[in-house]
Amino acid sequence: MIYLETPEAVKKAEEQARMLAEHVFRPISRKYDKNEHDYPTELDAFAEVRRKGGAGGGKKAPADASAIVNGGNMTGVSSIAQLCWGDVGLMMAMPGSGLGNAAIGAAGTPEQKVKYAGCYAAMAITEPGAGSDSKNISTTATLDGDQWVLNGEKIFVSDGERCSHIVVWATLDKSKGKAAIKSFIVEKGTPGCELVRVEDKLGLRASDTATIRFENCRIDRDCLLGDKPDIAATEEERKKAFGGVMQTFDNTRPMVAAMAIGVARGALDMCEELLSAEGINLDYKKNRMEVSAIEAELYELEADWEAARLLVMNAAWMADNSKPNSTEASMSKAKAGRMCNKVTLACVKLCNSLGYSEENLLEKFARDSKILDIFEGTQQIQQLIIARNVLGKSSADLK
Amino acid sequence: MSEAENELLFDLTLDEDQQLNRDSMQRFARSEIQGISRSADEAGEAPAGFYDKTVELGLSLMPIPESLDGAGMPRSPVSNVLNAEDLAHGDMSLAIGALTPLSFINAILDHGTETQIANYLPRFIDDKFHAATIALMEPSAAFDPLKISTSAEKTADGYVINGSKCMVALGDSSELILVVALVEGEGLGAFVVKGNQEGLSFSKEEYMGLRPLQLNRIELKDVKVEMEDRLGEPEQAFDLERLVDLGRIGLCAMSVGVCESVLAYVIEYCNARVAFDEPITNRQSVAFMIGDMATEIAAMRLMVYRAASRAERGLSFHKEAYLMNLQCSKFAMEIGTNGVQLLGGHGFTREHPVELWYRNLRAIGLLDGCVVV
Repeated sequence: MIYLETPEAVKKAEEQARMLAEHVFRPISRKYDKNEHDYPTELDAFAEVRRKGGAGGGKKAPADASAIVNGGNMTGVSSIAQLCWGDVGLMMAMPGSGLGNAAIGAAGTPEQKVKYAGCYAAMAITEPGAGSDSKNISTTATLDGDQWVLNGEKIFVSDGERCSHIVVWATLDKSKGKAAIKSFIVEKGTPGCELVRVEDKLGLRASDTATIRFENCRIDRDCLLGDKPDIAATEEERKKAFGGVMQTFDNTRPMVAAMAIGVARGALDMCEELLSAEGINLDYKKNRMEVSAIEAELYELEADWEAARLLVMNAAWMADNSKPNSTEASMSKAKAGRMCNKVTLACVKLCNSLGYSEENLLEKFARDSKILDIFEGTQQIQQLIIARNVLGKSSADLK
Repeated sequence: MSEAENELLFDLTLDEDQQLNRDSMQRFARSEIQGISRSADEAGEAPAGFYDKTVELGLSLMPIPESLDGAGMPRSPVSNVLNAEDLAHGDMSLAIGALTPLSFINAILDHGTETQIANYLPRFIDDKFHAATIALMEPSAAFDPLKISTSAEKTADGYVINGSKCMVALGDSSELILVVALVEGEGLGAFVVKGNQEGLSFSKEEYMGLRPLQLNRIELKDVKVEMEDRLGEPEQAFDLERLVDLGRIGLCAMSVGVCESVLAYVIEYCNARVAFDEPITNRQSVAFMIGDMATEIAAMRLMVYRAASRAERGLSFHKEAYLMNLQCSKFAMEIGTNGVQLLGGHGFTREHPVELWYRNLRAIGLLDGCVVV
């Protein structure tokens, strides 16, 4: 049945997230934007709550296997959007909410899931010489007796400073391409794993972004994430193996898109509140040809926000119901990323000096938003994926 | 909200009836509409017998109560939206034409009394196509559906209507016309006028697109109607917002269908078109335009479905329809213009359908009171 309203159960999760966003994040939002590298101690008390109800969990198996599910993915995107309405940096700084946790949850063996249950795991993929073209990563992992030895440098590691563990992408043999890339779980403090620097950024300042170097860093054999330490023998199996790695993105891209939905909503709400105080109110009963330019622009931003939000809900719904959603996940990320950046910048402009001023959070939303159209696959990478799928092109044809 | 309502889930699955219906609409659009799209546009009219053929789809029959020998299906904006999308995939003008009587019927069902329903709807139970339409728009650059100039003056035994209406689909072949007019001192009213009524004069209008649709200008000069031809209970204000919103939902559903045609066409053409020794879709500048089309169409469709499903459930849907209308009119035109662009000079010729879609898509966001779902 065609029905696109948020179900009651998801609304409840949204309300909880909204409470946290409103009463915990917002009051300290500016503080940790100003004090970029300070640890937000206020969040410790809520980390446990977050871990329990976090993304990926809570998916109940329906009694009837063919029944429609609104499960962990939909609850996840909806809650994330609400948290990011409060503050996207603080959402990412919630202890235990690292992307590495998501990777362990998705690809770990049952033993690993138990062993690392309470950890705070960052994800280290990007290198100075390899970003979206992750098959080109050059951090190496070599087996030496019962231990893996890691060598290489990782940049832009979110939570890299504050995490307890790092999930690292490394190659077993660079000449074998994508199939030789494996993930390894490294505990912070392991000799040879060194925090090199923490970035100063345009926005997202409450969340730390680190450079981490691995120099003959030795970890146990069972620290390889999953249970396939070998490089697949045939070309087909290799493709499949990397495809499995990339599939994680089908679930995480809608999550990052949801962050953009939340930030843009925060900006729109604040912008509309500031304008309302000066007597400018949105009224959908008015003829849109006869409203002020400010109102006309706001209606367009609202429409684009709703378009992006529905794409995110669609991608999450597909994931919940085990429908292949690679194209739709990229569509949601592409649309939400560009929408959020456009909306937040427009909200600054629409409120003039009040928008540009640090007195309000609009300028902060506009700085935070930029990263949402970059990480977890840039706008252009999403467009590439969408175009290849829509046109039926290989990565060799459409480069 | 009831308990059952509380348990409703976000869902995009078609039910079995919708799927079956969809299959037959798509089949009809492919076999009976697509092939005549160009010739109908050039001729400026639907080929003889076309609308009679659409009767097999049962479009008009569906929502008419069983007591009047109709199919007695519940009013379903969602099903109507699916029909509109699929038929417009064949051709937008012919799709609007085929759905014009249903727009009239839906308006009568939504706003009419039992007596009026029993009076006006039986004629549609037939194996012949009966045209009926809605006359809402007026020839004014700053037209606002809520500020109608056509006036209805109350007399001892009825009303006298004067004014000018434009873009009336199937105007001069309609047996019944629902005319929206302002009743002095009372507000908006909608009046059922017979097509052959004295005081009506029709002239065919020529537009940039939608050429086969027989869009008509209607001049109303001292047109007399009875008291009971005013829709709804006596002196009850007409809920024009509902009619306009449902019309926008229907038209935006059509924009989705047309944009899907553009997308399918440019994929095939550009994949085959070789320049500088390789298909032009091997270039990001071309490929990204096409990918963005697909993304925006997906979002447009979701907005249409959301507005329609809210209407179907009896929830408020004005805001959703407003935002949908804004988004669809913007992106439908963007897709329309990019469709021509991607074919280059060939797109500018009438050898390809992209220029036709370009002309038709310009009507999204401006045409009101058609395709009431």
